[in-house]
Amino acid sequence: MKRSSSLNPEEVPIFNGMKKLFYTLLLFFAASTLHAQDNATAPSYGDRLVVGTIGEPSVLIPMLASDSASHDVSGLCYNGLVKYDTDLTVIGDLAKSWEVSPDGLTITFHLLPDVHWEDGAPFTAHDVEFGFKTITNPDTPTAYAEDFRQVVKFEIIDPLTFRVTYDKPFAPALTSWGNMTVLPSHLLAGKDITKNELTRKPLGLGPFSFKEWASGEKIVMEANKTYFEGRPYLDSYIYRFIPDAATLFLELQAGNIDLMTLTPLQYSRQTDTDYFKKNFQKFKYPLFTYVYFAFNFLHPYFQDKRVRQAIAHAIDKQEIIDGVLLGLGEPATGPYVPNTWPYNPDVKKYDFNLEKARQLLFDAGWRDTDGDGLLDRDGKPFEFSVLVGMGNSVRLNTATIIQWRLEQLGIKMNIRVLEWSTLINEFIDKRRFEAILLGWSIGLDPDQYDIWHSSKTGEKQLNFISYKNKAVDELLEKGRRVFDVQERKKIYYRMQELLAEDVPYIFLYVPYSLPIVSSRICNIKPAPIGISYNLPKWYVPKKLQKNAPVP
Amino acid sequence: MIIYLIKRLFAMVPVIIGVTLISFLIIHLAPGKPTDVMTELNPKITPEARARLEKYYGLDKPILVQYGLWLKRIALLDFGNSFSTDSRPVIDKIWDKKLPFPDRRLSVTILINLLSMLLIIAIAIPVGIYSATRPYSLGDRISTVCVFIGFATPTFWLSLLLMMLFSVKLDWLPISGLKSLNYATLGPWQQVLDKSMHLVLPVFVSAFGGIAGMSRYMRSSMIEAINNDYITTARAKGLTERAVIYKHALRNALLPLVTILGLSIPGLVGGSVIFETIFGIPGMGQLSYQAIMTRDYPVVMGILTISALLTMMGNMTADICYGLVDPRIRVK
Repeated sequence: MKRSSSLNPEEVPIFNGMKKLFYTLLLFFAASTLHAQDNATAPSYGDRLVVGTIGEPSVLIPMLASDSASHDVSGLCYNGLVKYDTDLTVIGDLAKSWEVSPDGLTITFHLLPDVHWEDGAPFTAHDVEFGFKTITNPDTPTAYAEDFRQVVKFEIIDPLTFRVTYDKPFAPALTSWGNMTVLPSHLLAGKDITKNELTRKPLGLGPFSFKEWASGEKIVMEANKTYFEGRPYLDSYIYRFIPDAATLFLELQAGNIDLMTLTPLQYSRQTDTDYFKKNFQKFKYPLFTYVYFAFNFLHPYFQDKRVRQAIAHAIDKQEIIDGVLLGLGEPATGPYVPNTWPYNPDVKKYDFNLEKARQLLFDAGWRDTDGDGLLDRDGKPFEFSVLVGMGNSVRLNTATIIQWRLEQLGIKMNIRVLEWSTLINEFIDKRRFEAILLGWSIGLDPDQYDIWHSSKTGEKQLNFISYKNKAVDELLEKGRRVFDVQERKKIYYRMQELLAEDVPYIFLYVPYSLPIVSSRICNIKPAPIGISYNLPKWYVPKKLQKNAPVP
Repeated sequence: MIIYLIKRLFAMVPVIIGVTLISFLIIHLAPGKPTDVMTELNPKITPEARARLEKYYGLDKPILVQYGLWLKRIALLDFGNSFSTDSRPVIDKIWDKKLPFPDRRLSVTILINLLSMLLIIAIAIPVGIYSATRPYSLGDRISTVCVFIGFATPTFWLSLLLMMLFSVKLDWLPISGLKSLNYATLGPWQQVLDKSMHLVLPVFVSAFGGIAGMSRYMRSSMIEAINNDYITTARAKGLTERAVIYKHALRNALLPLVTILGLSIPGLVGGSVIFETIFGIPGMGQLSYQAIMTRDYPVVMGILTISALLTMMGNMTADICYGLVDPRIRVK
């Protein structure tokens, strides 16, 4: 697009060979214009997609990786057994079909026939078994083993069928098999999973095959010509790492990057020019994340439900979204993302109402007896600190707005900004906090046993606010034992009602993901799960293709 | 001289042990563990899984035992494997033998820093001489103002402005990285050109602050030299002003610079987090920053050990050079 010719010497060899090719090309054009005219925007093979990102992947074996960049790239090389459809229902990926036994204890998977690894070896149930054994091996340093440890028996029935048995019905089981990407057992058997060449040079069966990894620079992937769903239209996919956000944006502006994720400010202000409107397409959809304000239930002030409800009434979620996300987010009302099946839109909502908040605090015994503008009870002023992780200006600004609103109620809230490791190890794990502003990334399965169940309040466990509610406990236990979606929906709807009444967290907002893509890329279909799910089907019409294939 | 060198080399051993022990203790005392990235706030991690991971990385042992094990490996020149999920040998991250020589992290950083040091010397010395020979003239005042602007300019801000001007608006220079995407398809000369174009902005920016500082040193050391009696003698002998300044004054004025340059040798390998991050350059600064943030102890220790060694070498080289250029302080 905008590149000086001196920096684009790929034109040179083409020019040198031009004369020789001239007549052949002429003939070729004469033949192809017939089709080209009515197919100006028809899908065609070719061109490359350059994705710009801040983080560099660390390892390309999915079960070892803990960062999103690694998963982004390895996800193009490997497939899971099942995946989510655009409406978030579970559909087959490498598994053609599956049966859950009536008692919910066994699942039998039937694999797609005629799927091959890039080196031509057939894909079979032995590859799944190898993946399963590796992930559950205590020597594998992985963060994803727990779901698979629930499996008590793994049997191969024939090369394309296997059965797994659980000792208790486990509803997240099915989706967990989507997270476990299968690995080529014929290449990895007998090798140390952490130290083999596939960690940096994967060989998979997914839509793109790995070509090159230049540390600190880029990863290059090429279309897998033998992909079982048909080769992707794009010739190559290049993942560039540019650690600085401002530089990344300048690269986008200069046309050197085709896809990146924008910040709210870049989305609403910096890309609002004619140049961007003409050359790029922007998308927005809710992330599977929510940001919340959590109370420590061990703190005497916050044990009273009325106090928590009062603070909920004093926070204007829309004001925060407009102020810190420039409107690019949605208010959260519970621990699920709006428009997904477990999300209950009809829970008790706390409208912004300082009068109601004052009344609730008054009922709880908080009033300003000494006239210093701060509420007090038993001679103690209402003052507490909220902890925020360092380097996250959006959360810091959110805390500042809340601080300002609470001041109007006569509550003094101090903000303490802490380095991330310190925040977790010294404060959250040791329960040394009064309130905290954090976010959760949530999986697509609604099971949140670890976050809300009263048995999970021990050190380093995730119910760090020490929330205990018997009714919620029962629902959480039931929810992970039932497979029927309608039945589970009822359970999680009820749980959200209870959480809304109790206000253990004030659910603040769900931020949007804000990708921007070059306008020459066609066939992007935004869905609740994002835009990249149909990447192999993205294409650039012949006329708009700008990059010669990388030889 | 030889005996002096051997003495200096032996004196390095306790220093290196001290430096690494203190560094080792400090990074282990910092809150957080390498396993945090994988385990913290992850609903799918049980305490047993956490303990397994810590055992896997040897973090369950007492800290001095861990240091002892590390020292034992280092004595055999084995820097160990990274704790990050890629488990690569530390030495491969710093000095990957599979890559062509100029693409290895250490060489990238050294190349940029050498170029910028040359640029600093090439600009700062003439500017310093100019200012010193005409103190308080208009030219000196202008250069003083420029120097203070240079000191005060934040590098990240300057880098972004230069990128916007030269790369986005004028489209003369590439924005970030060290190579274009089509680098592999280029001929050898085009590759050199491509790389040079990528180096212009980073080298300039990293030299920018240094030029300011170095020209001040040069100015004051030159003024001091000019005020010496031997300059008066030289002038009285009837030497030309040229010979007085460049032969008699400059040589003596350069002495303190030798020390400063010697001290900046460790800086050659350290690399700068700020400009390597902004320009997306795969050098040492980026590596150490990432390693520190993820508490990747073996990588941090590897880099610290190498920089400590190079710092001491730098000091020694500076001492030797000083002896070479200044006969007054030679070891007898």
